[in-house]
Amino acid sequence: MTAAVFFGCTFIAFGPAIALFVFTVSREPLRVIFLIAGAFFWLVSLLLSSLVWFISVQISDKSSLSQQKSLLIFGVVLSVLLQETFRFAYYKLLKKANEGLLTLSQEETMPISIKQLAYVSGLGFGFMSGAFSVVNILADSAGPGTVGIHGDSQHYFLSSAFMTMAIILLHLFWGVVFFDGCEKQRWWAVAAVIASHLTVSCLTFQNPQYVASLVPTYVIMFLMGVWAFYCAGGSLRNLKLCLTCTDKDFLLANHRAR
Amino acid sequence: MAEAEAVRPDQDPLIALETMNVSDSEDDCYNERTALVPAENPTLPPYSPDPDKRHETPNRHRGVSRRAGPDSTSSLDGEQEVDDEELTLKYGAKHVIMLFIPVTLCMVVVVATIKSVSFYTEKTNQQLIYTPFSENTSSVGRRLLNSVLNTIIMISVIIVMTIFLVVLYKYRCYKFIHGWLILSSLMLLFWFSFMYLGEVFKTYNLAVDYPTVALVIWNFGAVGMVCIHWKGPLALQQAYLILVSALMALVFIKYLPEWSAWVILGAISVYDLVAVLSPKGPLRMLVETAQERNEPIFPALIYSSAMMWTVGMAGPADALRPDTEEGAEQSAREAEPERAEQRARGAETERAERERASSRAVTEEELEEDRGVKLGLGDFIFYSVLVGKAAATGGDWNTTLACFVAILIGLCLTLVLLAIFKKALPALPISITFGLVFYFSTDFLVRPFMDNLANNQFYI
Repeated sequence: MTAAVFFGCTFIAFGPAIALFVFTVSREPLRVIFLIAGAFFWLVSLLLSSLVWFISVQISDKSSLSQQKSLLIFGVVLSVLLQETFRFAYYKLLKKANEGLLTLSQEETMPISIKQLAYVSGLGFGFMSGAFSVVNILADSAGPGTVGIHGDSQHYFLSSAFMTMAIILLHLFWGVVFFDGCEKQRWWAVAAVIASHLTVSCLTFQNPQYVASLVPTYVIMFLMGVWAFYCAGGSLRNLKLCLTCTDKDFLLANHRAR
Repeated sequence: MAEAEAVRPDQDPLIALETMNVSDSEDDCYNERTALVPAENPTLPPYSPDPDKRHETPNRHRGVSRRAGPDSTSSLDGEQEVDDEELTLKYGAKHVIMLFIPVTLCMVVVVATIKSVSFYTEKTNQQLIYTPFSENTSSVGRRLLNSVLNTIIMISVIIVMTIFLVVLYKYRCYKFIHGWLILSSLMLLFWFSFMYLGEVFKTYNLAVDYPTVALVIWNFGAVGMVCIHWKGPLALQQAYLILVSALMALVFIKYLPEWSAWVILGAISVYDLVAVLSPKGPLRMLVETAQERNEPIFPALIYSSAMMWTVGMAGPADALRPDTEEGAEQSAREAEPERAEQRARGAETERAERERASSRAVTEEELEEDRGVKLGLGDFIFYSVLVGKAAATGGDWNTTLACFVAILIGLCLTLVLLAIFKKALPALPISITFGLVFYFSTDFLVRPFMDNLANNQFYI
């Protein structure tokens, strides 16, 4: 346990997200602000769903374990639906803000495009969701203790870290696809995002059978990633140009020689 | 308020010193706390790496300064308006980030200390003299009453000290005020940091000898005094202000009783709102008097994110700043124009110069500099107290994170309002309200939910 597990799990869970933040978001103040606002929206959605769950628990019979478990499942489903609702609300807010600024400036250009906003808000949701899921676990992993002493799984920390990484990246992809679907009025895309979020959450009900929950989650993450790549304007051609460093537009925009 | 109390050797020497220091610095901090002075209208052209484009900039600026007039119908002006809007948004965002970073750093220092050094979370029977009522009573009602009484006493002390300071400022007793400020920052920089260092060494079980500590503290304190009260690199001054705020916040977290702390936070935001916005509020009078006299507000009490970009100016303004061309090149060299002015003007404080120069430049309508945004140190302190208390009570990191995000969003909203209203605004109310709401709701509602989810390893 202790330091090795702590650092290992932290970097597994937050490594890709922090890398994305440092390289793409941290230099632009506007993006940072919208990221934090996205995190705030996720937080508010969590608050509301906890409130409903809390009230339902107070009303219910506290001694019956099965009832508590089913209430928790209800809480999870409600939370997922509320998160997506707040994602939509954030989208609406951003559109309004965009429109307001456009009418003021009489021009087409905005300092930040809706696609960038989708990326940043997805990342914000992801950061907050990941942090709330895993930070307490990480804090415990640094301290003294024995994992699974009562017969629980030995891989608790590691699986939590991997799950968190998947969730953060998934939120990012969901954000991109969701905003794109709303922009192009493709409501089936929005429904697919909600459905996949519910699927991923419901898969975790199978924990601690980690194979059954983690593997499908990663498959879904990969598929959503590909979909988000295409939504954001990527293509095989783009990818090839990027990987062989021959994309002239990108190089010009960043003042680099080929 | 230099009370010389006889200290019994077995009493905690902190108390006596704190009465002097806490009252001094807290009211010092509170006085300028809410002077969230807005930046000048950022009318900078977009930064273009291409030097031949700079000749366009004077035209743009003249066009901009005429924007308020009725004749801005040409397409050139329209373009400038677009760029201004975009620039306003971009530079507004830059100011927000320039405040996010120090506030975050201060909170990180406080939370890191609280989580590692147990001294600041140990239950102690000693309390500040301003919160005489103990909270060790059995009944909830009595405890609540005691905390409300503590709050009333604390707030009245703050009000009295603030009014005292404003009166002193109005009657130009600058020497007294400066002496007071110097004394309280001396106390913070030397005594409190010595204590802090001692506790850190105790926590990590490091044996350090007194001569080393004396050397370290002497250097730290002396450089801090110079940086804060005189001249120094901007980054170093900002770092010292952040550290001083963190130390003060830690003192509050240690010595304020539980419930009193929360009620005080709420009451302080209400007081802040009233003191800065109402016409008779002491802080508003302070800020207005300072602006009338064209003087900077005391350097030790305000965190300034000021970056000075003096873009190429045509005309008489050039005589004021001979180094504009250099300063214009890169924003990274923002310290240069300041130093250039200092060389040119000798003994004046840099901020006084900047303020005077900028006010002159404003009247000439060719101002190109960005003074940044200022935030009072009291705001830093109370934000950190809130987050630190969230970190101290219970081992839950979710609550701390939630308060952190809430405070940042509150600060962002405050700065948006600042950009709209363009006058000094209280920085505490919105952030503290969000922070308190999120603290209590996360602690009571979200924590059991997330704990249950983590037990079963469900993910939402």
